[in-house]
Amino acid sequence: MSTADVTTLGLIASLILVVVAIGISATQRLGLERDIVWATVRSLVQLLFVGVVLAFVIDPGQPLILSWAWVAAMVSFAGVVIHRRAPEIPGVLFLGMVAIGAAATVTLAVIFGLGVFPLEGRTLVPLAGMMVGNSMNATVLAARRVVDEFSSNRREVEARLALGQSSRQASRRYLRSALRTALTPQIETTKAVGLVFLPGAMTGLILAGVDPIEAVRVQAAIMYLILGSVATTATVMTIGIGHRLFTPDHRLIRLPRS
Amino acid sequence: MVFELEGIEVNGANGSQRLSIEGLRLPSNGMTVIVGPSGAGKSTLLRLLNRLEIPDGGLIRFDGRPIGETDPLDLRRAVGMVFQEPVRFPGTVFDNLREADPSIDEDSAESLLKRVGLDSSFVTRLADELSGGEAQRMCIARALATGPMVLLMDEPTSSLDPATTRKIEEQALALVGTGVPILWVTHDTGQMHRIASHVICLIDGAVAYEGPAADMTAVPDPRVAEFLDEQPS
Repeated sequence: MSTADVTTLGLIASLILVVVAIGISATQRLGLERDIVWATVRSLVQLLFVGVVLAFVIDPGQPLILSWAWVAAMVSFAGVVIHRRAPEIPGVLFLGMVAIGAAATVTLAVIFGLGVFPLEGRTLVPLAGMMVGNSMNATVLAARRVVDEFSSNRREVEARLALGQSSRQASRRYLRSALRTALTPQIETTKAVGLVFLPGAMTGLILAGVDPIEAVRVQAAIMYLILGSVATTATVMTIGIGHRLFTPDHRLIRLPRS
Repeated sequence: MVFELEGIEVNGANGSQRLSIEGLRLPSNGMTVIVGPSGAGKSTLLRLLNRLEIPDGGLIRFDGRPIGETDPLDLRRAVGMVFQEPVRFPGTVFDNLREADPSIDEDSAESLLKRVGLDSSFVTRLADELSGGEAQRMCIARALATGPMVLLMDEPTSSLDPATTRKIEEQALALVGTGVPILWVTHDTGQMHRIASHVICLIDGAVAYEGPAADMTAVPDPRVAEFLDEQPS
């Protein structure tokens, strides 16, 4: 079976598609030409850098601790990205890291503890990367939804508090609604997989010459890993943010506009 | 005295003063009306009393105890609150009452509704299908379900028509007659004259008058006279 190795010449040829994007921007006067060029160059440099570092980190001759350090760095960086994308949410940096850290612990423990994949640098780093990348979006979405729920239902929440309900009781209904909204996109994506689109890992494996059934098995395991991690991060984030919106004496704080 | 306030200061987000009350004693019986123009700090004062907000300075006592030393959940059950717009929780009227008292049975629910002039058929009605006046009465019944020592009512008739407003006023006075004191916020001096046994007039966040409604016109404070003049006759 032939593999789809991309040669340097092939990579250059694929830049034709970037030229198409630039052409569209120019003819439609979108003013995005510089941005497209910058994004293309930046992504290539970043990927090359990561490729070189990864080759070192996941080399079977290197100790596994290096890969774990890489995972820890990803979780920390995810917290920073979440903070940058939703700075208006109180305590989002710390909560983001806790949420993703919790998801990493749960999902990686299952994946490696039950032997779904062998615990090696070459499996740990990319799987954790998939988990972190997908969880980041769910985390930001969950945080925003919680704040939106409490902003738009402030009167109801305060009416419940005024009846002597604890902040936990008064917020239960709105947290549940926020969590449901945050989880729905990932559930829908999981449902549509295979019918509407072929996910990245599977496509990559097939292009690399792996048997499609084998690729499907890998992809399915990754998808469940992502679903589990999204559910964990969204839950931790929802409960965490919900907790921070109240004072210890059960008052709802002034809410930021998201 | 049900509430005593000393040196209360509440600052706005921009550092401006929203409320500044040197000393105030709110009686433990009758209908005390807190009146004043919009933005005078009336609602803020009510929110302080059941601790939905806390002051930046000063002390509030409830039934002789500083409210900071009282469990906030116990305090709120003892200090019922009815808001300007009726807040309907999803489900039936019975479901709404159960939010205040999860152990309430149908008989108790019916007798609570009776106290606010709603008959037993309302128990199974959906809260969303009630008229504004019915919903506000359900909210009063819901506040009564925790067995409060006092009721705080924040402009409870401002979104209702005159006939319904009068009905709610009558129900409230009847509740006062059964021994539940009410602190009623309004900007409507006509309503104040109809229901008040005691009046506190707040202007620019401070107490400008305290006493019987009938004596208010004799107050030398020009801000009180100006507020009374602005009211439709």
